[in-house]
Amino acid sequence: METSAPTLSLPRPTPNLRGLLVPILAIFTAILIGSILILLAGLDPIKAYGGLLQGAFGTDAGLVRSLVKMAPLLFAGLSVAFAFKGGLFNIGAQGQLVIGALLAAWVGFAAQGLPPLLHVALAMLAGGVGGALWGAIPGVLKAYTGAHEVIVTIMLNYIASLLLEWIVSPVRPSAPAGPLAACKTLGSCAIGQTPEILPSAYLPNLYTPAGGTEALHVGVFFAIFTAVVVYIVIYRTTFGFQLRMVGLNPGAAKYSGVNVARMTVRTMMIAGALAGFAGAIQTLGVNYRFQVNQSLSLGFDSIAVALLASNNPLAVIPSAFLFGAMSAGGTNMQAASRVPADLIQVVQALILMFVAADQIIRGLYRLKAPKRGEKVMLSSGWGQR
Amino acid sequence: MEPSGIDLGAALASLLTPTAIVALVNATIRNAVPITLGAMSGIVSERSGIVNIGIEGMMLGGAFVGYMANVFFSTLLPNPEQQALRLILAVFAAVLTGGIMALLHAVLSIRYKVDQVISGTVINIFALGITGYLYVQGTSTRGGFPPAFANPFSIENGALFYIGEVVFKKDLLTYFAVLVVPLVGYTLYRTTWGLRSRAIGEKPSAADTLGVNVYRLQYTNLFLSGALAALGGATLTLAGITFERGMVSGRGFIALACMIFGGWRPARAFAGALLFGFLTALQGQLQFAGLEQIIPHQLIATLPYLMTLVVLAGFGLKTRPPANVGKAYEVG
Repeated sequence: METSAPTLSLPRPTPNLRGLLVPILAIFTAILIGSILILLAGLDPIKAYGGLLQGAFGTDAGLVRSLVKMAPLLFAGLSVAFAFKGGLFNIGAQGQLVIGALLAAWVGFAAQGLPPLLHVALAMLAGGVGGALWGAIPGVLKAYTGAHEVIVTIMLNYIASLLLEWIVSPVRPSAPAGPLAACKTLGSCAIGQTPEILPSAYLPNLYTPAGGTEALHVGVFFAIFTAVVVYIVIYRTTFGFQLRMVGLNPGAAKYSGVNVARMTVRTMMIAGALAGFAGAIQTLGVNYRFQVNQSLSLGFDSIAVALLASNNPLAVIPSAFLFGAMSAGGTNMQAASRVPADLIQVVQALILMFVAADQIIRGLYRLKAPKRGEKVMLSSGWGQR
Repeated sequence: MEPSGIDLGAALASLLTPTAIVALVNATIRNAVPITLGAMSGIVSERSGIVNIGIEGMMLGGAFVGYMANVFFSTLLPNPEQQALRLILAVFAAVLTGGIMALLHAVLSIRYKVDQVISGTVINIFALGITGYLYVQGTSTRGGFPPAFANPFSIENGALFYIGEVVFKKDLLTYFAVLVVPLVGYTLYRTTWGLRSRAIGEKPSAADTLGVNVYRLQYTNLFLSGALAALGGATLTLAGITFERGMVSGRGFIALACMIFGGWRPARAFAGALLFGFLTALQGQLQFAGLEQIIPHQLIATLPYLMTLVVLAGFGLKTRPPANVGKAYEVG
């Protein structure tokens, strides 16, 4: 395996507290601006954020909800971070994860008579494969036609969501039911969904808190474990070295013998598989079926999760936990202070902005400029040249 | 499951009556208007070297502010004779919002040299969040733009009547969108502003040497780009329906695809917008004709998105983007 790795090295992230300063100040500033928005609406920010914290951490049930919300964000965040390391901007986690969620549900309800562990494993695998295949499309188009992955993945998000809407659409007087729809007779249900998965395909629950609606399933730990694996792959393997080389300078990577086109396809397939897992654990651990609209903003949130972590897979864990806790506490915030839960999205967008433009934060708080480190080159053109 | 008594021939024939064709053409134009303005927005920005992936968010901002301004002025200026003033103020508010959003994109990508694709994505996510947060449900307005002209022909005039149904009875924003295309084309190729804009998109260092203020021109053009995108978004709420969360639903990205399809040239991008408008219109018409039993409407709805992929993959197209698009320019 070590044949093509030359002696030169690429920087590895070194743990230091200084690096944490920008993300923490970004979060702080975003929360501050959020408070101003709450004040402008004539409501109480202390009550709102208090409600948020209480909802996310105040009880066992809240903490479990935060962890359960973290898991898909962690997988999808890893998907975006992994693609970024290879110089690709994967806005398509959304599409990849809904395809994964549907395929996991299909294996979950259609494969009868399997032993429980094997059934869950197969259903997870189906989710990953679905995501990988959906991710392969932008990879192939980018590698062989130069079509920019940002617009391609966004279009594929819309196509995936329409496709799934049809596949699970309930029967109507004017149209038959979709092929995997649960509702085959008129009036049996209003929204599109698949039948419930078999209990043998449930992700095992480890802990059910008193009074909570959600249980802690093993998918949460699978997600954390995957983050460690992705870290090792990126920073300790030849494949990861080549991936980072392509991300930093595709021209140089090509010159030193890396097949850039093949790397592009592989990167997008792995990113797609990670997003597919995000969808699969939602199906197998939380909803126990696929429903349209089950994870609307996950794909966009995962971009912020990855950027907040500077695309470091290990840092994606706390980053995803923060975003998971914010969305877990949102309902309680709205109940406690009448501040609409949409505020969470505004605060998240602000965090994303301050992390992406860290110069703003450095300017505001008079921080020193960082040493020139690893800077991924995203391709800015549109292809066709 | 039997094909439950639908006559394919009759359904297709019902799509070819003059009335159905007029409906199809009108729907094509209605769908093409916001995409056209979005594509012009992309051209103005990208020809001067800045990738503007935030068009989607700027359109959403324009749609939202246009709608909310219309709600606000509907109580302030309720009389029918104040309608023109009310709508002009709403358009003005929307356009200003888009311009300011684009200036944010400009500051991030020109001053702070944030990757332009990421900066645009920030704009998109921010627009989605803030419009969702600020939207007040259950609001209403005193209506949007009415048709500007009546059809002067009656059904006895034959073909003229149907042409009249297409040419007249459109709102002012639609006529304006059609006018913007030659306007952008003329200014881009026949004025000093256009020459300088194209120069900084191709080779900013050369333009800089000749005394063009690259940054100032990029800021100006991004403001214009945002204004055009927001106007496109405003057509959705001021000449169409009420505001909904995330209602732009990819039109900004489709507009970018039209820009690429048209090789960064206004007239060809407009042709692309008409094509996408047609594909979207087709969905409604096929659904109306009862073809849902055979082709699910969701699958027809994927057509514009699939078409975008085909365009981006560049099948049979030879176009060239501005040479310096997406790269931050360093004066020095």
